[in-house]
Amino acid sequence: MSRALKGGVFKALLLLSLAVGFVMLGALLVDVFRDGLPYVDWMLLSNPPSSSPLDAGARPAILATLYIAGLLLLLAVPVGVGTAIYLEEYASKTRWYNRLLEVNIQNLAAVPSIVYGILGLAFLVRGAGLGRVLLAGALILTLLVLPTVIIAAREAIRAVPDSIRQGGYALGATQWQVVSRQVLPAAIPGIATGSILALSRAIGETAPLIMIGAVTYIAFDPTLLGPFTALPIQIYSWVGLPAEEFKFLAAAAIVVLLGILLVMNALAIWLRNHYRRSW
Amino acid sequence: MITRLGKIASVALLIVLLGALAAGCGRGRGGGGAGTTAATGGEGLSGRIQADGSSTVGPYTTAAAERFRDVEPGVQVTVGVSGTGGGFERFCRGETDLSDASRPIKDEERQACEAKGIDYVEFHIANDALTVVVNAGNDWATCLTVDQLKKIWEPGSKVGSWKDVDASFPDEKLSLFGPGTDSGTFDYFTGEIVGEEGASRPDYAATENDNVIVTGVSGEPGGLGYFGLSYYEQNQGTLKALEIDGGDGCVAPSVETAQAGTYTPLSRPLFIYAKKESFTRPEVEAFIGYILDHETEIARAAQFVPLTGEQALKARASYEAALKEAQG
Amino acid sequence: MASPGVTAGAGLPLRARRRRVGEDVVKGALALCALISVATTVGIVVALFVPAFEFFQEISVVDFLTGRNWSPLFEPAHFGVLPLIGGSLLVTTLAALVAIPLGLGSAIYLSEYAGERARGVLKPALELLAGVPTVVFGYFALTFMTPLLRRIGIDVEIFNALSAGLVMGVMLIPTVASLSEDSMGSVPRDLRDGAYALGSTRVQVATRIVVPAAASGIIASFVLGISRAIGETMIVLIAAGQQPNLTLDPRQAIETMTAFIAATGAGDVPTGSLEYKTIFAVGATLFVMTLAMNVVSIRLVRRYREVYE
Repeated sequence: MSRALKGGVFKALLLLSLAVGFVMLGALLVDVFRDGLPYVDWMLLSNPPSSSPLDAGARPAILATLYIAGLLLLLAVPVGVGTAIYLEEYASKTRWYNRLLEVNIQNLAAVPSIVYGILGLAFLVRGAGLGRVLLAGALILTLLVLPTVIIAAREAIRAVPDSIRQGGYALGATQWQVVSRQVLPAAIPGIATGSILALSRAIGETAPLIMIGAVTYIAFDPTLLGPFTALPIQIYSWVGLPAEEFKFLAAAAIVVLLGILLVMNALAIWLRNHYRRSW
Repeated sequence: MITRLGKIASVALLIVLLGALAAGCGRGRGGGGAGTTAATGGEGLSGRIQADGSSTVGPYTTAAAERFRDVEPGVQVTVGVSGTGGGFERFCRGETDLSDASRPIKDEERQACEAKGIDYVEFHIANDALTVVVNAGNDWATCLTVDQLKKIWEPGSKVGSWKDVDASFPDEKLSLFGPGTDSGTFDYFTGEIVGEEGASRPDYAATENDNVIVTGVSGEPGGLGYFGLSYYEQNQGTLKALEIDGGDGCVAPSVETAQAGTYTPLSRPLFIYAKKESFTRPEVEAFIGYILDHETEIARAAQFVPLTGEQALKARASYEAALKEAQG
Repeated sequence: MASPGVTAGAGLPLRARRRRVGEDVVKGALALCALISVATTVGIVVALFVPAFEFFQEISVVDFLTGRNWSPLFEPAHFGVLPLIGGSLLVTTLAALVAIPLGLGSAIYLSEYAGERARGVLKPALELLAGVPTVVFGYFALTFMTPLLRRIGIDVEIFNALSAGLVMGVMLIPTVASLSEDSMGSVPRDLRDGAYALGSTRVQVATRIVVPAAASGIIASFVLGISRAIGETMIVLIAAGQQPNLTLDPRQAIETMTAFIAATGAGDVPTGSLEYKTIFAVGATLFVMTLAMNVVSIRLVRRYREVYE
């Protein structure tokens, strides 16, 4: 009897843990949607920002965020997965430089985003003379999420049982063949999860972009090498404005941002489920 | 099964969003839709103007830029708010065309500009009444003297309760909020009230985001903070502005008292500094000209204190002089 | 899955050699990817430590690390960093107290109790929580959590460590839960099946088989969560305050290292000045702290990793 009771209590506690997260999420979403949904309209998507809440839109910010998402996908995921493959499949674990590499990546994952902002300011904006442009923002965010992508990819690759690899080698496949045709496809669900979390975090990052100077008022569509602002910064600056309507606009912008994230997530979930296997 | 459920959920949400979009026309916001109107004149200028600096002046420049865009849609204006000091730092490195400032340029900054060969023109474009605010529920304080304010804010001050400010006040904890040391507003306030620019007690909630000050003061019954008039005007429901006794009796901050100069010592000029070199570009010329032509309108829209007639004339004169120099 | 190019006879040596070059190219390309992370670290070290070194020429390290008064931008300036470190640790501890139990609990439920369908819905939903921008959490902490705390009788200041810490903890639940769940999910089914076959209850399987087996991933998720808590900027910038304050009382306003860096760096202190270098001194301190934490955690993970097959 007491075993069943213990089991029941345990399960209830677990459900409670899950519930807390969702209740908070629910409260946040209700708050945001209640304030913001009435303001999500064509104007928000197509107009540039304005000091009059009646006309303000978030178009440059939305476009910049989408460009950044695309750039991150192109830059961070291949490099991250490449590094993970190197570490898991090719690097000999006894060599000191490979162990150092591992520690290095673990540490980079914990470096605060603001420090990446300083890095970007020092080397990309001033050093390489890029200036306060979209590309600099995208590059810095790439460096920011790279360690997370690497770590998640590594866990995913590590989770592929060695028997799969041994089987491949036994049949005479080369290392790259085993990796590209057996290990990688098996690891895709985990890699997808990690990449989603990483990209989602990057899209919502404000601190590094503030450091490299994402301007707060920009009324034209952003280009790769031009000044820019991103959705999180637009949200931050709108909430900072005194007029109350801007809080609602900020909520609306949050709704849009969440919408973008939802689409990204849905895509990744589809990927993960399409390729999921169990051992 | 899983994929389908996930797909259904995302499609459902997308439909909701689309529905909101469709329903979007005509609630929440009226038919404003100014967006990008066609140019109603102007010579079709193009180019990019970069402005940065004070968070107090930023909204002004932004309002000006929007109106200017209706006249010259080809000109792209960007406005940053790094703070008065930060704005000057970039300005004197040649990174920006215009620098917004809520205080005049300091000597070190002037030297930095000279060192880089950056020549500039100073434009006094609006006025401000630096407002000291308390919680709307504060029913004991109506007017403070400069001395009382100094006692509260000077370095080393241990004033922690309203009772310390005046024995007749209740023993309510004094929660202080104000701009950080990067802010021109901070420089001006400390200069006028404490007597030395930058001299302030460090144990208050310092922030560059003025709305944080609004939140802070309206959230603490004993709250006290200071910022530009426009922030007070937009939050009159939750804040109360104190009258300041600068030696001639208590004066409340307002457009009139700021312009008349009776709100002392906290009425202050607001500036936009322009690089002389940028003046050779027609779009910069046109933008500054536009600001000076419409400064009252812009000031009212952005809730600033417009220039007096005399100040406007002076600003115009500087502009003409700069033009002549640029062309000559 | 027949391996290509396996032919008997004279053709084989030539084929093998060509393939080996391709293999080397691949390995080289992958190593290059890995080098990018090295370059990033070098960049961070240079960007942080060179100015920090210059800073410590003027301010003694001892004063910096043991001083309890932090007011570098005011006159007279004090450079004792303890209040900032204290602020960061206070918020992080609160966040960890929320995120670790709740995250692990959620993960165990998802991995061991939830059916396929439920997991398919719950896990993406949890990931949505992770995707909410930190700016949003910051304002949520300020405009929802703080009034809520006041309403239930906790007398918090308008800016305080508690709201920020609690909300940060909630924000980190998905980080902990997701990685832990992935890790638990990769524990081979036969281990569980074996335990069930021996008559274990679900509780026993979850707590004595799966969690220990997945310990390396779970611990990694804890460390990642804590690291992210220490390095989190926006939530504390918005909701925890900007008053350096060495205290254990979470109801008070504090300032964390990250909030200081953001507020000062985003502003406009003249480059090259002592005040500007405080950013790097604090940044370097932060970096060293997280480095130390990670060295410890990697050791821990290595000790407890179990290998299957």
